[in-house]
Amino acid sequence: MQTYDLAEKGLRGLNSILHAQDEETNQTSWEVVNPRGSHAIAVGLDAPLEVIVKGSTGYYCAGMNQGATITVEGSAGPGVAENMMSGSVVVEGDASQYAGATGHGGLLVIKGNASSRCGISMKGIDIVVHGNVGHMSAFMAQAGNLVVCGDAGDALGDSIYEARLFVRGSVKSLGADCVEKEMRPEHVDILKGLLDRADLHARPEEFRRYGSARKLYNFDVDNVADY
Amino acid sequence: MKDKENAIPRTLPIQSATFTKEVNAEIRRAAATGIYDIRGGGAKRRVPHFDDLLFLGASVSRYPLEGYRERCDTSVTLGTRFARNPIELDIPITIAGMSFGALSGPAKEALGRGASAAGTSTTTGDGGMTPEERRHSSKLVYQYLPSRYGMNPDDLRQADAIEVVVGQGAKPGGGGMLLGQKISDRVAEMRTLPKWIDQRSACRHPDWTGPDDLEIKILELREITDWRVPIYVKVGATRPYYDTALAVKAGADVVVMDGMQGGTAATQDVFIEHVGLPTLACIRPAVQALQDLDVHREVQLVISGGIRSGADVAKALALGADAVAIGTAALIAMGDNDPKWEAEYQELGSTSGAYDDWHEGRDPAGITTQDPDLAARLDPVEAGRRLRNYLKVMTLEAQTIARACGHNHLRNFEAEDLCALTLEAAAMAKVPLAGTDWYPGKSGF
Repeated sequence: MQTYDLAEKGLRGLNSILHAQDEETNQTSWEVVNPRGSHAIAVGLDAPLEVIVKGSTGYYCAGMNQGATITVEGSAGPGVAENMMSGSVVVEGDASQYAGATGHGGLLVIKGNASSRCGISMKGIDIVVHGNVGHMSAFMAQAGNLVVCGDAGDALGDSIYEARLFVRGSVKSLGADCVEKEMRPEHVDILKGLLDRADLHARPEEFRRYGSARKLYNFDVDNVADY
Repeated sequence: MKDKENAIPRTLPIQSATFTKEVNAEIRRAAATGIYDIRGGGAKRRVPHFDDLLFLGASVSRYPLEGYRERCDTSVTLGTRFARNPIELDIPITIAGMSFGALSGPAKEALGRGASAAGTSTTTGDGGMTPEERRHSSKLVYQYLPSRYGMNPDDLRQADAIEVVVGQGAKPGGGGMLLGQKISDRVAEMRTLPKWIDQRSACRHPDWTGPDDLEIKILELREITDWRVPIYVKVGATRPYYDTALAVKAGADVVVMDGMQGGTAATQDVFIEHVGLPTLACIRPAVQALQDLDVHREVQLVISGGIRSGADVAKALALGADAVAIGTAALIAMGDNDPKWEAEYQELGSTSGAYDDWHEGRDPAGITTQDPDLAARLDPVEAGRRLRNYLKVMTLEAQTIARACGHNHLRNFEAEDLCALTLEAAAMAKVPLAGTDWYPGKSGF
């Protein structure tokens, strides 16, 4: 395990040394101490590294992650794991707004709550939130899965495309073109797999599924009140 | 006969200057369909523009350079503020962002070929970077847009610069819409959306709001790319002084200011014609912001929106820009709206020069389409050659004027080289009305 003191050595050095690791590296495990809410920690990684951040982070921690496993032993600021391509990111605490925004792949697990716009414009990422999510979560969500073990705020899935949303608790309101859908066996299987990967012991049967009604996919003047 | 002699003279029918034929036609169209008009391109209305400025040329007090004999250099370097690898261009004319999706694959390839042959950069668009585009573009600017369609770190790292798009001149404050008929299998896959559905491009970024966030977003992009490439911030011209200042504050290497004549693939006509500033009106405030922050020339300014000729290029540079970007003009050079397709434009209810239904995907020239048969009409090698020629002509024109003004480099143009033909242009460009030493707002009148 390599230890990097962020307060002492700085952000540029951290990302630089992590970017220098390729798939053949032996320095696969990294511990980042004294993050002190810094922004852009461990962004743009593209090797199968394991990075543990010992504390809370600022904006965009693990942004555009590609293959690394990153754990935040604290809470994460806005845009954690934004545009993630693959790998996994685990936030032990809460996550601020835009968690997992535009992510194309990989798994984001938030063990606390996630703020507004969790999974906005998600494009294939899987997001599992142990707690609640704020308003406008999964806004314009294109693909992937968002699992919420707690409650969802206002306008869940507004203008959603093909992403799947699973919520165990209450949904304050659904956004435009987002509807509750039948939970078929294949969805139970998907959800069970996600819960297992997120190390979460919950029964898939307790969740309800939401997705797109697909009524706004092509502009229609008769739907103008919904736009 | 007698009745005719006694007829009372009548007034001639008078067409209203307010309710013109075009206005009435639009009212009837709106009444019939219940929906606003969508089209491509930029503002078509007459606005103060570079045509309203003239160069003064050399005289007793100015010493000209010999045309064709004395050097007049044209190079420009963009991104010198923070990037380790600034972009060095042979000419100060770049190709603006246009997406694969809005444009056909051959059209994007032609843009890359033409730009590369002329020694300049081209730019991706909404929808991401295609391998063909990267392969044929010696310098490629990768747009970072609100939709993040196709955005990925591999392409980010192989870009020569990153352009964070806040807005564009045709529709500042608006997003975009690629209609379903232009969504081919490949476009759908690149954007992670089903085929045939309208693809909405968001009007604001999903994970930042405001200049303080933008500063952190730029930090993230720099960290991902190891501070290697320049980061541009592109804004639609609305509040050019403050937007430029805030982009600088956020850490931009280059500010791209796009006026309302700048084109779009598809937006409401009412938006294109009634929102934003003319290109001419946004240059001096943007330059003023750079000067006030003491970063003029350290942070480069790229101007776009209605640039058509070397004279336009020279005027933009004289007003303080470092380079310009062209979009519509590049498409025309490649064959867009060419009269040879007139019969087909007529079938589409338009005419060459006026065709702007780019969103429908039925472009006879094969440029703004995803129809394989139409796209095959555009030979990317030939279209690229035409674009290269056009870029070279614009450069020669700008050099011609520069020598006449006594400048041995295009960067040496200055506002003092100019005068204005109209009060409006004088006020916007802050150059004297022709034959005077005064412009509106200048004290001492």
